[in-house]
Order: sequence, then C-alpha cells, then structure tokens
Amino acid sequence: MPSLGADMEVGKVAKWLVGPGDVVRRGDVVAVVETEKSTIEVEIFEAGVIEELLVPEGDEVPVGTTLARVGASGGTAARAPAPEPAPEPATKRRRSAVGAPAAASTRMIRSGGLVVSPVLRHLAERLGVDVHALDGSGAGGMITRADVESAGARLRQVSHAPMNAGRRAPVLGARPSPPPVRRAHPSLTGVRSSPLARRVADELNIEIDDVQGTGPGGAIVVSDVRRAAQGKLPEAAPSLGQSGEEEVPKEPGPDAAISGTVAGDARQVAMRRAIGALMARSKREIPHYYLSTDIDMSRAVAWLEQANVERPVTARLVVPALLIKATALAVATVPEMNGFMTGDTFEPSADVHVGVAVSLRTGGVIAPAIHHVDRLSVDELMVALRDLVNRARGGMLRSSEMSDPTITVTNLGDLGVDSVFGVIYPPQVALVGFGRVAERAWAADGMVGVRSCATATLSADHRVSDGHRGGRFLGTIDRLLQHPEEL
Amino acid sequence: MTEAAPAPAGASSPEPAHGLYLLREMVRIRRFEERCVELYSDMRIRGFLHLGIGEEACAVGVMQALNGDDAVVATYREHGHALARGVTMRSAMAELEGKVEGCSRGRGGSMHLFDKATRFFGGNAIVGGGLPLAVGLALADHMQGRSQVTACFFGDGAVAEGEFHESMNLAALWHLPVLFCCENNLYAMGTALESSESETDLSLKAASYRMPAWEVDGMDVVAVEAAAVAATEAVRVGGGPHFLELRTYRFRAHSMYDPDRYRDKAEIEGWKHRDPIDHLVQQLASVGSLGEGELEQIEQDVDAEVDDAVAFADAGTLEPIEDLERFVVTEAPGPGTGS
Amino acid sequence: MSTVTYREALRMALDDALRRDERVFLMGEDVGRYGGCYAVSLGLLEEFGPERVRDTPLSESGFVGAGIGAALGGMRPIVEIMTVNFSLLALDQIVNNAATLLYMSGGQFNVPLVIRMTTGAGRQLGAQHSHSLEGWYTHIPGIRILAPATLEDARGMLWPALCDPDPVLLFEHGALYNEQGELADDAGSVDLDAAVVRREGSDVTIVSYGGMLRVALGAADGLAEEGISAEVVDLRSLRPLDTATIVSSVVRTHRAVVVDEGWRTGSLSAEVSARIVEQAFYDLDAPVARVCTAEVPMPYAKHLEDEATPQVRDVVSAVHMLGA
Repeated sequence: MPSLGADMEVGKVAKWLVGPGDVVRRGDVVAVVETEKSTIEVEIFEAGVIEELLVPEGDEVPVGTTLARVGASGGTAARAPAPEPAPEPATKRRRSAVGAPAAASTRMIRSGGLVVSPVLRHLAERLGVDVHALDGSGAGGMITRADVESAGARLRQVSHAPMNAGRRAPVLGARPSPPPVRRAHPSLTGVRSSPLARRVADELNIEIDDVQGTGPGGAIVVSDVRRAAQGKLPEAAPSLGQSGEEEVPKEPGPDAAISGTVAGDARQVAMRRAIGALMARSKREIPHYYLSTDIDMSRAVAWLEQANVERPVTARLVVPALLIKATALAVATVPEMNGFMTGDTFEPSADVHVGVAVSLRTGGVIAPAIHHVDRLSVDELMVALRDLVNRARGGMLRSSEMSDPTITVTNLGDLGVDSVFGVIYPPQVALVGFGRVAERAWAADGMVGVRSCATATLSADHRVSDGHRGGRFLGTIDRLLQHPEEL
Repeated sequence: MTEAAPAPAGASSPEPAHGLYLLREMVRIRRFEERCVELYSDMRIRGFLHLGIGEEACAVGVMQALNGDDAVVATYREHGHALARGVTMRSAMAELEGKVEGCSRGRGGSMHLFDKATRFFGGNAIVGGGLPLAVGLALADHMQGRSQVTACFFGDGAVAEGEFHESMNLAALWHLPVLFCCENNLYAMGTALESSESETDLSLKAASYRMPAWEVDGMDVVAVEAAAVAATEAVRVGGGPHFLELRTYRFRAHSMYDPDRYRDKAEIEGWKHRDPIDHLVQQLASVGSLGEGELEQIEQDVDAEVDDAVAFADAGTLEPIEDLERFVVTEAPGPGTGS
Repeated sequence: MSTVTYREALRMALDDALRRDERVFLMGEDVGRYGGCYAVSLGLLEEFGPERVRDTPLSESGFVGAGIGAALGGMRPIVEIMTVNFSLLALDQIVNNAATLLYMSGGQFNVPLVIRMTTGAGRQLGAQHSHSLEGWYTHIPGIRILAPATLEDARGMLWPALCDPDPVLLFEHGALYNEQGELADDAGSVDLDAAVVRREGSDVTIVSYGGMLRVALGAADGLAEEGISAEVVDLRSLRPLDTATIVSSVVRTHRAVVVDEGWRTGSLSAEVSARIVEQAFYDLDAPVARVCTAEVPMPYAKHLEDEATPQVRDVVSAVHMLGA
C-alpha cells in the first residue's frame, strides 16, 4: 500500500485491475485504492508477472502492507515494495503522564494521568504529598484539597522531611539558585509569601507561618521575615528602608519618606534605644574574644597613591576600600568568621556581605551591607561604598542591606583612633576593626624604620571560633594587604 | 501595449549535438521525477511532492539562455529547474530524502532546493513569493552595473497574487533585468485559470505594465529556447524586463496526494500526445539527428545517473540534532561593509 | 556636544551610512522627493541621487521583497516601511523569506537587510496608524529587532545593523522624532546586544524600551520623591533580549515592572515577565507587574488615547502595588 500523502495511514483496495498470471510493466496501473480523501489509481514499479494478490478487494490495510507478489518473468523473485511497519496510531503511543497508578478503580484516569487540579498539585508538592498514593474522596474518585491537606498534616506529624529540591525540573536557561538548607513549611491556610521571603525564612530558620505579612494583599515579603528574625530581640532595630515598617512611633504621615534630614527627635530616641538594646543583647549572649595585630600598610598606601594618579577624582580609592576587600577575601581562609548564629547553630554563609559601620550625622552608628564584596573589584567596591554611605546618611537604605551583613567592618581611622574593639552585631559572629593609618616606628630586617601602619582588631564569637582561628584570620588580612594590587 | 520586439524565430531544428543535449536534459528530469514517485510511495520522500512531468521543456529551454552568473528564482515545483540549472542529481535527491548531503542540508526538502554555486535561489512555497526576490536580485545587478539576468519562474496561479503585480510594475518602472517566465499549465492546484482570472491572456497582463511579452509553446523545447535566448539578449542589453508565457501542461496531478478531480481525463490525454520528449525525439529523428541506439544510450545513462543519485541519498546521513539551531543567524562574520 | 533631535540623529546615521559604503541605499515610500514621511530622509535625495535614495510605489510586499533580493545580490539595502501598521502587507516577505532563507537553504543565503519602521501611538492617528507590533516580530527566529530610545542609539544603531549579515528590524518611535537633547559630536556606532541601566536604583526594576523609556524614567523621578528608588532598564535589543541584565537587576531589587506599549496579551512584556520568573523566581519579593496598552484598537480622541496607553501615573501605581 503506497503512501500517497503526508497524513495517509491506511488505504482500501477498491478494485484490482490485474490478476495472477498477468504480465505487468513498470508504470502500469494495477489497482484502485480508496483513501479518506479520495480514490487513486496505483501504479507498480516492477516489471514481471503477478503471482498472487495478497489483499482482497474491500480490505483496508495500513500504508506499507504488501499488496501482491510479483515474480520476475525470468525466474528471479522481484521485490515488492518493502513492507514497512505501520506507524502506530498516536493514541497507543501516548505515554502515561505519571507512574503506574495503584488501585485504579476509584480514580478518574484520563489519558493515563490523574485528574488533579494544578493548584492541588502545587499544594501537594509543597507538602511533600504523593498524589498517587491518595484515595480521592471527591466525585468519581477525584482528589480534593482536604485529601491533600490531611495527607500533608499526617506527614508533618511523622517527620519534617523536606521536599526533594533535586526533583525540581530544570528550566532552560535558568540561573541555578542555591538549594535552601531547609525548606520552611508554607502555611496550609493559604497565606501567601514571596519566593524570596520563603527562601530567606528558610535560611534564617524562621517559621514562615508565624510571620506577619505586610506585602500586597497581606502577603509575606522578605522584610517581614527579616523583621521577624530581628524581632526576637526585645525591641527590633528600626530599618531605614521604605517597605512600610511600622515600629517607629509618631511617624508623620502614612507613607512619609524616611529621610535623615526629616528625622524628628522621636526617631532619634527610638534609634538609640534600639541600638542600646542590640548592644546589650550582644554582650549578654555572645561570648566575645578579642585579638589585635599591627599591619604594615606601606605597600597598600603606595599602591593606592599610584592607583589614584590614574583615576579621575570622582573615582579615587580610599584605604577603607582596601581594608573591606581584604576582610572579605580573608573569609575564604576562615569561614567561621562569616555567617549567622541561629539558636545554637552557626550557619556559615557562602556569600560575603560586609556590613560597613557608618556613623550618622544625627548620632548613632549603623552597619548596612555591601553585597558580595568578594566578587567586587576595588573600583566597584569604592562606588558601592560611596553610595552606601550617602544613602545611609540620607536614610535611604534597603531593609536587605540592614539584615544581610555576614560580617562587619568598623573603621574609626578617620577619627584618629588607633584601635577599636567593637561589639558584634547579632546574628553575625565577627567584627573587624581598623584604626587609623599612621606612621610608626617599625622594626624589620634588623633595622628600625618608619612605616605606615594600622592596627586591625577582631571581636569574634567564642562559640564559633577560637583565638587560633581568629589569629589566622587577621594574619590573612595582613597578608592580603601586603599585595594590594591583587585585591 | 506590447512593445515592438522581434518575435522568436520559428522552431527550426537545432544542431544535432545540441539537440541530443536538450533531449538528455529533459529525459534526466523525467526519470528523476518518476523515481520520486516511487520513493514517495515508499515513504523515503515525505511532506509535499510536486512533479514537473510534462513541463520539462520550459526549464530546459530557458536555462539555455542563461549564463553561470545569472540568477534563477523558482517555485515549489522546481526539481526540473534545479537539475537543468546544474544542481547535481545527487544533492537534489539527498535533499528530498532529508539528508545533510542535500543541497539545503535536508532543511528544505522538495519545495526548498537552494544552491549557491549555481545562483539557484529556491524553491519557494509561497505562490508569488519569489517574484519580489527576483526583482531585488535584478536591482542589485542594475545598481552594480552587471549585465546579469534574473530568470523568475512562476505559474499561472501566481498571476492572481498581489505580489505578481507589484513585482511586474516595479521591474518595469525601474527597468530591471528580469526575465519573468510564467509556466501556464492552466491550473493553480485545483483551480482552472478561467475560474480565477477575469483576463486569461497572461501576456496581455504583462503588456499592461509596458513589458514586452511573448506566448511560447511550452511543449517545444526548441521554441522555448529560441524565445528565451531572444528575450534574455534584449534584457541584457538594457531592454528592461521581459515576460514569457510558456504554455505547458503537467501530466500528473498537482501533488502526490491529489486525485486530480478537476481535470478531464481526455484533456490530460490530449496533452500527453504533445509530450515534449516525444516531440523532440520525432523532431531529431526526422532530420536524422538521432542515431541508431542513441536514445537507448541516453536512457541507460540517465537510469544509471538516477540509480547513483538514489544510492547516494540512501547512504546519506542525517544532520546531527545538535545542529538544530545552526544557521538561524550567520555563523562566520559576514563581509563587513567597507571600512 | 550639540543639541539635536531624534529625527536629526537618525538622519545623521543615514547620511553616514550612505557615505561610507556604496552598497548601501535607501528604499521606501516618499523617502526621496517628499523628504520622508517624518522628514527623516530630508535632503538625502539631493545629496545622494535617485539611485541611492529610491522612492517606491505603494507596494510594501514588492519593495520589501526587492530589498531582500537586493541583499541577496550583494547590496546593503535600508528599506523604510512607513509605519509598522503597513508592514503587515509585507509580513510574508519578512517572515517567510527574510527570516528563513538562511536556515532553509542550509546556511547558503544570508540576507543582510535593514528594515526601518515607525511604531507607536500618541499622536491621535487612530486604530490603523498606531500599532506597536515590534513585540509580535520578536516571536520570529532569524531576525534581529532593535528599538532605539535615546539619541545615541538613534545615531549609532544603523551602521552596526548594516554590518550584520542577517536581517535587522529597527523600530523608531513616532512620538520621539521631535525629542531634543545633547549628542556628542563624535557619536558613532553603538553596541547592539546589551540592555542598559539608564538609571540605577535599589527598590524596583522598571524594564522598558523605545517610546516607553521616558515614561519609565518619568515614573522613576516621581517615585524618587516618595523615597522609592527605581532602577530603569532600557532593553534596546528586543530580539535577542539581554536577559542577563534584566535578571541581575531584579536579583538586586527583588521587584519588577515591565512597561510595554503593545497590548498585554501575548506581548513582549509577557516574554520578559516569563524570563524573570524563570531565572529570578527565588529572588522575587512580589509578582512581576506589567503596564501595557489597554486591549482596544487605538481610539482617536486624545483623552481616550491617553487613557489607553501607559502613562507615568500607571507605572507609579504599579510600583506601589508591589509594596516597594
């Protein structure tokens, strides 16, 4: 049966025009075939004698079926058009969308798959429920929300088994996101939360169900989660972003822009109180230990001078940029300095967001983060630093900058202080301090000379690291500052 | 109004050697097309298949008037045009079988044969879609001062499309070197010319754009050649675009899956009596140009060539699927536009 | 630096291209004697002559196809289609020929053609003259789509587009022709691939292009007064999209609004939104918002046209709704 069109699958032999014993030449019309669309005369491509008609008139056969046997008029068997396996009708080959269903009788099956709405599928996935293990209580065995929720509740009682993050199907071109350490269980009551909020809640080990949402439609957004994380404090420090924080009392206007220049006394008092509470808590809860070391800054200073010759005034580098970068890079050697203490557990952070202590015009200090300092060039860091300080002083910081620092650097060099032993900002575990760069007598290679030096100090959480590690950390910072061109 | 132009000379017999050459070219196309029927029935050629059996004289005749650096634009019924233009039978057959050795890497299939070496610009499946391309190719020749010609083949169906009229007008307005070759086989798929055109005299339509237009017996390759040579000479020396209406007929249906309900069997038989191959054979034989056994030799040679092409195609390879996204954009840096 | 209009910048680009390479020529309706429907090609006919600046009959399909053929034949044509609305008459040539010839021929025939079109609403020209269909065109593989929104881009995109061996569609916005600004005297070719952050911000990313860029920037100004810091990204290239720039911005700001003058359904903003969700899902603190033209054929009356098209206040509202 020849293929007479792209979509032809079967044909019926309406009439044979030849019979056994007839001699045929190439191109002779030997049969009339009926298809869905019309009737076609079929020609033969062999020459020879018809031996046997294999498909009787009126039979419908798939394309490729041998219709007749032709012998060569000379003895050698001529080849009839090679039989091709009939293409499987599409319906047979549809693979079942899911694995083999158990106890099928009560379940509605369509095309081999379950009838479960996308919303419920999503819910089931979130709860770690296998829809195929469920008996649907709905009409015709359909799976209902109650079925999924009760299965989920049973699961929670048994364990906190997280959903297998690896099962997530890769999206073409998707940027691989770091799998969360533990997935927070989303609420079963339908409270919505943003993906970012859920991720951060996971990282900070916050129960997202407990978070008060202030996002659109009451959804939980990341600032809510961060607030909840800090809210374990007696009084949360007010963040200086614009995402509708409500803690600050007597705020003029419903959506007043929070700007340093417009800050009233009430705000200042509130801030002081909050900082005080934070410091008290830090001292209370974190067993600090302190280390210090003097660092020869002559190479760094010389390099800086040279580098700045090549830069326009607006892009000139300052010493703090080098100090911050060196700190960020040193984290790679001693990761116990970079991360969060949550409860009794230290979670090191793969990211290095360095909090930079900034003194405010109105008094007080805040330490917002520059993100991913380890990945920034010194010039980029300079731009970020300048921008951060401006915005910090202008009250235009983002809440993530307040909540993201994984380690903090404080530099009081400008104020002429030689060394500073700071208080760690919980939930961080380390604070690096730098004093001023000044010329001092310095003994090296058996001689006494004058070098530019600065004292670097470390305040660290003794639950996470000890003097040995702390010393290593400061040593690394020192070493990095001896090669400023590689920062 | 048709401009005064020398009418093509009467179809006098060609030189014997040339006559044999024309015959061989038409037989090549005929046997190639017939083999395609077999391969399609056997599902080695898929999709749509439009055969030019009966129309061989048009492609072969016009190609005689073209030089290697002229351009050809054709339709989806273009196997004969490709072969006559110089696309090898091997690369055409491999293309039909979807192999990477095909002239379009298996990307095009029967309707989209392309060949850069012979300036064969397809292979176009949109009826009338190739005409503006031909106008543009001619525009480039004109602007670069080249005396090349663009031969544009299309059917009577294209005459209904707006692009036909836009292209004819533009070519005539700008005096561009296009040879418009309309293969009028009286049917656009299943629609007869008389049910589609208020004016069925196609040369008259061309004339309305002030373009010299001739009707030619498309079943007589010698006549087609004579007309094409005269027309292209005129085009080449700056005579502007010319139009040839090649009156021809396709012996098979529109495509493989067409029951040909719209044509009268007697009409088909009538045209088959005017088979261009038979006609030339008789012509050559009558003046003694066709020697004993020469036709058989031609048939043998052509059969061997077709067998070889099929074997080549069958042994061909499929383009690796990793290459799926190649050639959406140009790979090597293109020739920069000057400094 | 000089003060120039968007129109003048485009003209400078045309003049420069015609001067640099003899294979370049301009073809379209009323580009010569009329001086160009929007006066972009004013003076070019006098300067370069009728062979290089060709007035065509009203045959969009015919002359766009001729442009393709001329490109195949070794020229570097610039085909002007008066507006994107009329390009529909040439859709067959653009989609079935220009975009596909290279692929269909297995890599043999590339089409180095540039097509310029005017797009957008805002001048009360009614439903058949106000389409923004550049988003539609971004659906088609095989063509590059550009939308210059700034003077630098108006001046600088044409030459590299001509150097591209494959077809390029350049969409000029009709309401920008009179926009004035400062342009460096030595302004030249620009990069064609990258989206650019026109304004840095930290609270929300506003993605836009072409005529909508100024709406986005206007919204960013308004938002700044409220203490909301908006980052504005100018797509510049609509196909291919510079997804990396968009995503890296959203990863920082955690919120996104896409401003697109096309209709919302099946638009470019839908594509941008999908990509943001695909690649920045875990960094989103709110759903991706879109501000598009209302789903109506463009009305003539000014107040209705303004209501239908994205305005600064619409973008500001959208940002507010994200809780930024």
